[in-house]
Amino acid sequence: MRFETAPAPHVVAGFTVPRVMFPVLLALVPVAMAHVAVLGPGLLLQLAVAAPVALGCEAAALAVRRRAIEPALRDGSVLVTAALLALCLPPYLPWWLTALGTAVAVLLGKHIYGGLGYNPFNPAMVGYAVLLISFPVAMTRWPPLGADLDWATLARVTVHSFYTGALPADLSWDAWTGATALDALRTGLRQRLTMQEIRAGAPFDAIGAAGFVWLNLAALAGGLFLLWRGIARWQIPAAVLAGLAIPAAIGHALDPGTHPGALFHLLAGSTMLCAFFIATDPVSAATSDRGRLVYGAGIGFLTWIIRRWGSYPDGVAFAVLLMNLAVPLIDRYTIPRIYGHAPD
Amino acid sequence: MAARREFAPGIALETHKQAAMQSRIAPAPAPAQAFVLLDQGDGRHTVPCVRVGERVRLGSPIACADTDAGADLHAPVAGRVRSIGVLERVPDAGHAIIIDNDGSDERDPGFEPLPPPETLPPGELIELIRRGGIAGLGGALFPTATKLAQARARSIAHLVLNGAECEPWICCDDALMREAADDVVRGAQLMLRASGAKRGTIAIENDKPQAGEALGAALAAVGDARLALVVLPAVYPAGAERQLLTAVTGLEVPEGARPPDIGLLSQNVGTAAAVARLARTGEPLIRRVVTISGSGVARPCNMDARIGTPIAELIGAAGGYTGTPRRLWFGGSMTGRALPDDAWPLTRAMNCIVAATDADLVSAASVERPCIRCGDCARVCPAGLLPQELHRGVRSHDESLLERYGLADCIECGCCDYVCPSAIPLVERFRQERVAMRERLAAASRATEARLHFELHERRAADLEASRRREFEDARRRARDHSADGG
Repeated sequence: MRFETAPAPHVVAGFTVPRVMFPVLLALVPVAMAHVAVLGPGLLLQLAVAAPVALGCEAAALAVRRRAIEPALRDGSVLVTAALLALCLPPYLPWWLTALGTAVAVLLGKHIYGGLGYNPFNPAMVGYAVLLISFPVAMTRWPPLGADLDWATLARVTVHSFYTGALPADLSWDAWTGATALDALRTGLRQRLTMQEIRAGAPFDAIGAAGFVWLNLAALAGGLFLLWRGIARWQIPAAVLAGLAIPAAIGHALDPGTHPGALFHLLAGSTMLCAFFIATDPVSAATSDRGRLVYGAGIGFLTWIIRRWGSYPDGVAFAVLLMNLAVPLIDRYTIPRIYGHAPD
Repeated sequence: MAARREFAPGIALETHKQAAMQSRIAPAPAPAQAFVLLDQGDGRHTVPCVRVGERVRLGSPIACADTDAGADLHAPVAGRVRSIGVLERVPDAGHAIIIDNDGSDERDPGFEPLPPPETLPPGELIELIRRGGIAGLGGALFPTATKLAQARARSIAHLVLNGAECEPWICCDDALMREAADDVVRGAQLMLRASGAKRGTIAIENDKPQAGEALGAALAAVGDARLALVVLPAVYPAGAERQLLTAVTGLEVPEGARPPDIGLLSQNVGTAAAVARLARTGEPLIRRVVTISGSGVARPCNMDARIGTPIAELIGAAGGYTGTPRRLWFGGSMTGRALPDDAWPLTRAMNCIVAATDADLVSAASVERPCIRCGDCARVCPAGLLPQELHRGVRSHDESLLERYGLADCIECGCCDYVCPSAIPLVERFRQERVAMRERLAAASRATEARLHFELHERRAADLEASRRREFEDARRRARDHSADGG
């Protein structure tokens, strides 16, 4: 009797890339819900543009490169890119900018390097950075985060802005945008205000950044779900959070007048989204466990630097991209000791 | 000294051993024809020392190793040598000696109990083990006598008996330890004597409690203070030589070195039992315990089978096939080799034969995708490698990168393949790259290679010529005798 032959191993665990990516999408649901609750329905509109554009760009790029389209569309990675980008965009952003950012992320962030597995930079952050640099005004318009926010009108404003790039005639941007806590921190510090004075402004609540606290807690919940399911590993998130919190705590201890504390930083902007979902993109991250600690700590530290002294409100995107650049160097110096080899 | 935690990784594999452990080891029927492959699976060719038509008895030497790195082969049945040559009906099996079994099982005169080993000088004990053709039954088939002699020359301190059968399906050693624990312990004592080791440790995994009890009882019965039993966690690949030695002794075998260099010697428990049987009865290595299993086999079991029995017959003895077996492999599912045909005969290297159906293989069918550097492979690598980086090096044939990331240190256990979410055949790529690197190296010294090739060719031609002349002389003598009788 004859049999097929194949090299060992003959049995594998059957754990596939799609099975990694879809739990990641699931874990983003809490932060998406918090996003909609706090910032209005903009995220849903952004997703409705980003997801099809991402899939379309992926398919087009694969077709041009003469690669199989179907398995790549099914692996879910491009949807994760679209979702992460949408979660970072301001909800008011007009649809063509969202489409542009998504196309940049997928085409210039990913396929120009050879597609999944070969991109040195985090594709979503490439798209975000290009939009932020090219369209700084549209990219920094966030809804005001007051307690007396009317969600229904916010929804109307968001939809109008999304389709036209402008507000309904009876409304003005001044009334419908507000500084985020990180904006307030940056501009306040520039005006030589103290933390107490900055905190007296609207976007702060008892713990820290009003509204964004809930987004961060929801992202943290999703991230802990991934850790619990064994989809993500602790090294990068822990290092990002430590790399941000430790300098923040030291700065706060030395000069509380100009440094918000660690808790503020951990729960402001997109800290948790970055720690658990963005920095953890394995393709563009360092690859050994030790390397990932260095990589994550670098992202956290750079985020703190950029938030405190940089000219952009949230440093996450640039911190990630800068550390992406450092990955080959980190990998080169964090090779684990091989069995039987002397320690370096 | 505690084992080094940093190399503890590996995988807790789903076990498939229970099916074959339902019954005791059954003797497999002797084959009508035994097909003894000259290469038993270690890549060492042996030279036949019998002629076609010659009658051999059970245990007669039939092929001799020409170096210390090979082991002699003995007749697994009594009968007449039918043919010597390429085994035509089995693709890729190579050369074999085919013996027609006359069913008498008449023993070779050399097949006698040894003198009490305690009275033998170790050197002589090693020589008897060499003559018995004993080789490592864990699968590597390295000649036991050579290993013991090397150990003795290095005055090694610690013998480790490997009873950590870590691959799914394989349970021949588990069965042997349960049913012949006395032989394992006796074999350990003989190996201590032969190697000069001060102490011996029998290492098993914690999924074999009955084997542990049997060994414990056997150890208590002999009361040898030099021997101990150690139970390790059942994690694949606990039974890989270096990983096992590190787990038992806490010592790492350094890069480029071998276990004797750090005073260690490892042997498989089945090999120990074979040594004990050789001492007790004089039986050379003509049979082994083999697990016949997989969803494609009607009655999975462990069998005591003669070397050279066609696999089809062994599976027939296990109730035949059931369902639609798709792949047939010997060894474990992680490192075993797929066979194209069940006409292959049993070799000494075959500790397990699995006929796998789709039910066993279902998860193996997956599309290969690009590496996403998730690092799951590095997390399970027992050698502490970064397979994702080696994969990068293989793609670019970057030899300096491959050296930096330790391609040479890969033990080909398959853990990385097992967990890879992109279904990349990493080990196969590494193996091919090693071959390619060796070939590049060989191309660099082609002159030497060509000379060796020529010398081998010359020797084979001379051997052939000599055997032809002998046959011719024999024939002429027979003809002369015949005509003399007739005249």
